Amino acid sequence: MKKFIKNSYISLLLLFLYIPILMLMVFSFNEGKTMSKWTGFSLKWYVQLFNDPNIADALTNTLSIAFLSAIISTIIGTLAAIGINECKKSTQNLILNFTYVPMVNADIVTGVSMLLLFIFLRIPRGYGTLLISHIAFNTPYVIFSILPRLRQLDPHLYEAALDMGATPVYAIWKVTIPQLMPSIITGAILAFTMSFDDFVISFFSTQGMVNNLPIYIYSMAKVGINPKINALSVIMFLCVMTLLVITNLRSMRADKQAKKNRQLANRSETRHKFSLKRETTS
Amino acid sequence: MQKKHLTLPYVVWMCLFTIVPLLLVFLYGFTTTNASGDMLLTMDNIIKVFSAENLKVLGRSLLYAAITTIICLILAYPAALILAKKKGSASFISMLFILPMWMNFLLRTYAWRALLETTGPINMFLGLFGIEPQQFLFTESAVILGLVYNFFPFMLMPIQNICEKIPYSYTEAAEDLGANKLQTLLRVTLPLTKPGIITGITMVFMPTVTTFIISRLLGGGQFMMYGDLIENQFMLLRDWNFGSALAVVMMVLLIISMAILRKYDKDGDAAL
Repeated sequence: MKKFIKNSYISLLLLFLYIPILMLMVFSFNEGKTMSKWTGFSLKWYVQLFNDPNIADALTNTLSIAFLSAIISTIIGTLAAIGINECKKSTQNLILNFTYVPMVNADIVTGVSMLLLFIFLRIPRGYGTLLISHIAFNTPYVIFSILPRLRQLDPHLYEAALDMGATPVYAIWKVTIPQLMPSIITGAILAFTMSFDDFVISFFSTQGMVNNLPIYIYSMAKVGINPKINALSVIMFLCVMTLLVITNLRSMRADKQAKKNRQLANRSETRHKFSLKRETTS
Repeated sequence: MQKKHLTLPYVVWMCLFTIVPLLLVFLYGFTTTNASGDMLLTMDNIIKVFSAENLKVLGRSLLYAAITTIICLILAYPAALILAKKKGSASFISMLFILPMWMNFLLRTYAWRALLETTGPINMFLGLFGIEPQQFLFTESAVILGLVYNFFPFMLMPIQNICEKIPYSYTEAAEDLGANKLQTLLRVTLPLTKPGIITGITMVFMPTVTTFIISRLLGGGQFMMYGDLIENQFMLLRDWNFGSALAVVMMVLLIISMAILRKYDKDGDAAL
């Protein structure tokens, strides 16, 4: 009974979160243009989606900005993290406190401050300013995903490489970076998704002049969202969902496998001890 | 070459694109440009932020944010406790809670519009029980619903993270020593999860004050929030100076509320 109440509570919350998404999914197959009336099943929005140059343009911009900003902020962030780790405690704190600023500041203030910079320097708003602002808000996330791992590394490995005659650059490239790889990848993925999903900072730093997906959706939300966008978001949502479910199941299976291996190892170990004991006693 | 120098590109980048822009917000907020293009120092814009009309918007935003934070906390806390105790399927279920954030928040909010319409699915469902169609859309409740909907996962995640770290033996020990369920919750679990609650509050409260569009989509433009006010200055009226003044006040509020929460957090640690 208690378990039933708990499970239904969780289910109700999930229902609350998923109802709008179900609504979007269902109405992406609607004949009519509005979400207020179901007029019949149709795939026409999916067909039109692939023939719409505006949406293709927005999608290309969003993906290319996410890709470029993730790569550049991962490079800047990784180097910065390695350097920060070597600095004095006071310098470290100073840099890290400033690194926190874009993470805790309201998105709207960050966006507005970028816009003011571009206005002040008279840089025309466009693809370039969008890329700059995405790198600026992504880099802190990269740094904070790499630093904890960096602090766990054994500094002797790097020193050993130097003793063996490696140059510092070679030692960082061949010793430090490979050890950091998992957290560098986590940071890069985080940066990619943050950039892909960002609306507020993109909107302000470009004054809405670059056509990326969130800005495109925003400009439509005022007049009524075209079901083509519903269709697109359903496709993207399903892609992400499959990806997440697969990785999740894989890690669950890996856990199970690890447990099994451990059990087997334990069993063989006890057996081994047992046989040793028998040998010594006999 | 020293390893330290690797921070150089980042430090330069950070100065140019984080620190300078923030200084510019203050510069624009405290100045005005006259007809001949000179910048003049003035407090006019800051004073204008505190006009009756704008204070009403600020007050409303703070109120909505407070209500949203409380509702999110009440909804998320039991869910976090339940999820933390679940084994095996827990990571899968918490993934289900994060997944909706992968769909653009504007689209999801827009879908609520269709759901809440007088002829929409929710009123149709209520109609099955003989309830007359209700006006949900363009009310304050609709705005709050939209805010809770968008920020709920930000409350759930930090609390759930911290709940998972509490050793089961702690609550067991409390029960062995004769505490009932309520006492264990109030005197053991709640104090231990306080840092998670505080992170959750910071992740919900401040972003809610500065949201824009959500209120316009679900409230129909009657319940303007502080974020909408800033957006209007920058996107519509192009009044950089007054817009910056609004942003300056926002930042000061942010710093004050973080200081209060941090102090509260510290007191909590001392009490433990």
